[in-house]
Formats: sequence, structure tokens, C-alpha cells
Amino acid sequence: MPTFDLRTASLRELNRALHALRPDTNETHWTITGPDGAHAIAAGLDAPVSVEIEGNVGYYCAGMNKLATVLVNGNAGVGVAENMISGLVHVRGDASQSAGATAHGGLLIVDGNAGARCGISMKGIDIVVKGSVGHMSAFMAQAGTLTVLGDAGEALGDSLYEAKLYVRGSVTSLGADCIEKEMRDEHRKDIAEKLAAAGLAGEVDPSEFRRYGSARSLYHFHVDNAGAY
Amino acid sequence: MCGIVGLFLKNPKLEPQLGALLSKMLETMTDRGPDSAGFAVYGSDGVSAASDVKLTLRGPGPEALRAAVSKLEQALDLNVSATERDTHIVLAVPGTREEEIRSWLKTNAPGIDVVSAGRRMEIYKEVGLPASVAERFALETMAGTHGIGHTRMATESAVTTNGAHPFSTGTDECLVHNGSLSNHNDLRRRLRREGLNFATQNDTEVAAGYLSWRMREGASLKEALESSLSDLDGFFTFVVGTENGFAVVRDPIACKPAVMAETDDYVAFGSEYRALVGLPGIDQARVFEPEPARVYAWERSTADHASGERH
Repeated sequence: MPTFDLRTASLRELNRALHALRPDTNETHWTITGPDGAHAIAAGLDAPVSVEIEGNVGYYCAGMNKLATVLVNGNAGVGVAENMISGLVHVRGDASQSAGATAHGGLLIVDGNAGARCGISMKGIDIVVKGSVGHMSAFMAQAGTLTVLGDAGEALGDSLYEAKLYVRGSVTSLGADCIEKEMRDEHRKDIAEKLAAAGLAGEVDPSEFRRYGSARSLYHFHVDNAGAY
Repeated sequence: MCGIVGLFLKNPKLEPQLGALLSKMLETMTDRGPDSAGFAVYGSDGVSAASDVKLTLRGPGPEALRAAVSKLEQALDLNVSATERDTHIVLAVPGTREEEIRSWLKTNAPGIDVVSAGRRMEIYKEVGLPASVAERFALETMAGTHGIGHTRMATESAVTTNGAHPFSTGTDECLVHNGSLSNHNDLRRRLRREGLNFATQNDTEVAAGYLSWRMREGASLKEALESSLSDLDGFFTFVVGTENGFAVVRDPIACKPAVMAETDDYVAFGSEYRALVGLPGIDQARVFEPEPARVYAWERSTADHASGERH
């Protein structure tokens, strides 16, 4: 159970030690203290270990995460879990802009609010935000789910591809080519699964959510536009 | 990129430490702006007489400044009290003679600029690493009620002291900016017609001038910032100081980063959370990201203690 204090050891040392972990390592639980908003803490992990960070982290925490579980007992700066491949990233406080950006898989849970552009260009990640998300969330989102228990800001799902967006509260406005869609049983089941994964099984009723998705009129080639190329 | 910081004290007990706290914040933002740095400090006491004003001058060095000040005293038959700090000098002068002094300096002291005027505000800025800029002016030793600072990473124009923030266009008013404005030329022309003076071609100076103009026309700091959201085109995070006020606003897109922390003792702003970690009691502070297109303003009452946030 290694403990790392970032006030006495360097960030590079920490990340190097985490990157060196083998898949069958016995050092499966790491505690990091004194993060003090440093950038790229526990970025690039590729082993089934859990890393608990006591305090606020800076940019790109747990970026490119694969297999690992990263728990932030504090707030996260820009781009937490950006480009995650698999694993779990859980922020106990708020997350800044671009949380879960471009991520291919895994689960990102934010207990507080997430800022603007949450899930921008997401490619398969599941994101559950217990608070609200800021403007331009799920911009150009391609695959995966964004489940928001609170509200969504302006231009939700602008230029959306095939990601599924579930919002329980209000949506200030929908972005270009994003529309509200019918909630069917399969979607309620989908939401129930995400809520359960985020530890909210039975606490929130999936039927309180509304579903938003792509109208698919922007990303398909339309023959009327042939002359434009 | 650039980094900005701001600290507004609610608890007078922290006032002797303002400079020390601000200097640490500024230094942490070196990664975001290693080219030049600047800061404004609102001193606890200000000038002694109600009619007096502090002018901060910047020149090539202490000798040149000293020489210019003694010539100024002779020419205008003045006796000013001067405080030297490296390439800057702060003069306490009668407010009624400010214009006369400014015009004498303009004609007779080339290479010496008036950086700021105020009852409480002093502005210092220089080229170089933030830590060395703070050290040259002994920021650590300065006491005050609030202060703002800027570390610059030059992208669009040369690394000069004139391009360094904060910018001031009105008495006790100053502004630091992270971002860039696209309608500054047009706005500068319009503000010149309203009688404002600009020393540079810098976009941030125009933003400062715009706020000065709005407040001159009767707007509060908060109202001036609210109207800036529709009149300024571009991207920006602003931190603004007035004699008794401190405010933050971000453009509606919120391109540029911002983190704030508030406790019973202070309100602090940083481009990144890292800048705030040295503040007392930060672990218990309410840390939040200011929302886009929303003005956050705090004001000290004349009774000399801070009131809460006013929206």
C-alpha cells in the first residue's frame, strides 16, 4: 500500500513508479497526498490498481487511463480522464472543463458539477455527473453515454454523432443537430445500469430523465450539397 | 497563455501579509507566463490627505527617476514625497496638480511613464521572470487590502514593459486580462472620442479604458463589467480592482481558465488552483470555477470592512 506525498516527492517520480507497475503487481492500492493542483497526476496508467488522491488535482488527472481506478477526494482541473480507454475515474468534488474529453471507454463519475464541454468528442466512455454540466457538453460526441442528474448548459450535444445523452434536469439549449428523442424501456434500462455503476442504484428513478441524440442530418452526406465540394 | 491572480482580503488582520501571499501566487504562475510580470497593490492606508494622489512612475533606473523628480520639483515649485522601488518611484502629490505634473513629465522626461494614479493603488511591472520581478519591487513586504497580478507569455507582440499588465486607465482602477479582444481598434477610436487616453496599441488597455469610461458615466463596477459582455468581442477572463472593489468576469465561451476560493478571510482568484495552495485555510475554502458571463464582485464598505459578494 504505497503512499506518495507530492510535497516531498516529485510528480515525475510518482508517475514513473505507477507506469512501471506490472499487471500482476501486489501494490494494488496507492495513496497520494499533497496534490496541490499539480497537472497530469496518475496519467497514463495501464494496470488494474487503485489510486486514491487526497486533495485537489490540476489538469489531465488520470488522462489516458487504462484498467486503473483513480479516486480524487477533491476537485479536478481541466480534462480529467481525458482519452480514458478503460477503468474508473471518480471525482468526489467538481470537475472543470472538458471532463472525459475524447475518451474511448471506462466510467467517469463526478459527484459535483462538471464545467463546460464535458464529454467533448467522447468515443465510448460512460460519464455520470451527479450535479450539472456546463455549456457545449458532448460537443461532437461520437459514442458512449453522458448521464446528468442536474441540468445541462447551452448548446448540449452540438454536432453530435451517436453518443446518448440523458439529462434529468433542464437543458438551457440544444446544439446544432441535437434533438430530444423518445425514452423507451431499453433507455431506462441503460440509465439504470449507469446509475448502478455510479453507486446510485435505487436512489434515482430512470424515468425522470429525458433522452437527447443526433438528428443525423449533419454528418450524412446529402446529395444536394454535391456542388459545394 | 498568461497567468492571472488576485487576492481581496476581508479580514484586516491579513493585510500586512498581502504582498507576501500575492508574490507566492504570482510565482506559481511562472509556467503560464515567464516573459514579464506585473502587479497592482492597494495599500492599507493610502495617501495622507484627502486631496492627495499617488503617482507611480516607471523609468530606466533609480538615478534617472530621481533626477527627473528633482527637476519636476524645481520646475513646478513642488515638494513631493517619493518612495523608490527599483525602476519605479511612487510620488504623493496634490490631486489638483496631477494634470500639470503629467504634462510636464510628458514634455520634459522622455522615457519616464506614469504607470498608475490612485489614492491607494500602486502598479509595478517589468520584463523578466515573475519571481525576480516580485523581488525587485519587494512585493513581499507590501501591505494592503487587495491586489492583482499577471504573468505574461507573449504571443502577439514583443516582450516589453509596456505590454505587461496590469493596465490602468483611471484613478485607482486597474485590470489584468487573459485572452485577446478582436474589436479593440474600433472601441479605442470610440473611447478616444469620449476623451480617454491610450498609451499603447494593446487590446487589454482598451478593456481597461472601456470600464473606466463606463464607471465615469455612473455605472458601478459590476454594471460596467456586465455591459462589457455585450460590447467587447473576443475571449477574456478579467480580474479588476478599484479603490474598494474587486471583480471577476469571464466571456460567455469561457476559453480561459479560472478558479476562485472564498473563506471568511479572503476571496482569491487564480488561473489555476495551483496558484491558491499557499493561502491560509485553503483546505477549508469554498473552491469554485466562476461561471461564464457572470460578474462576481466584492466591495469593501467605507467603514473599512469587506461586504459579501454582490450579484
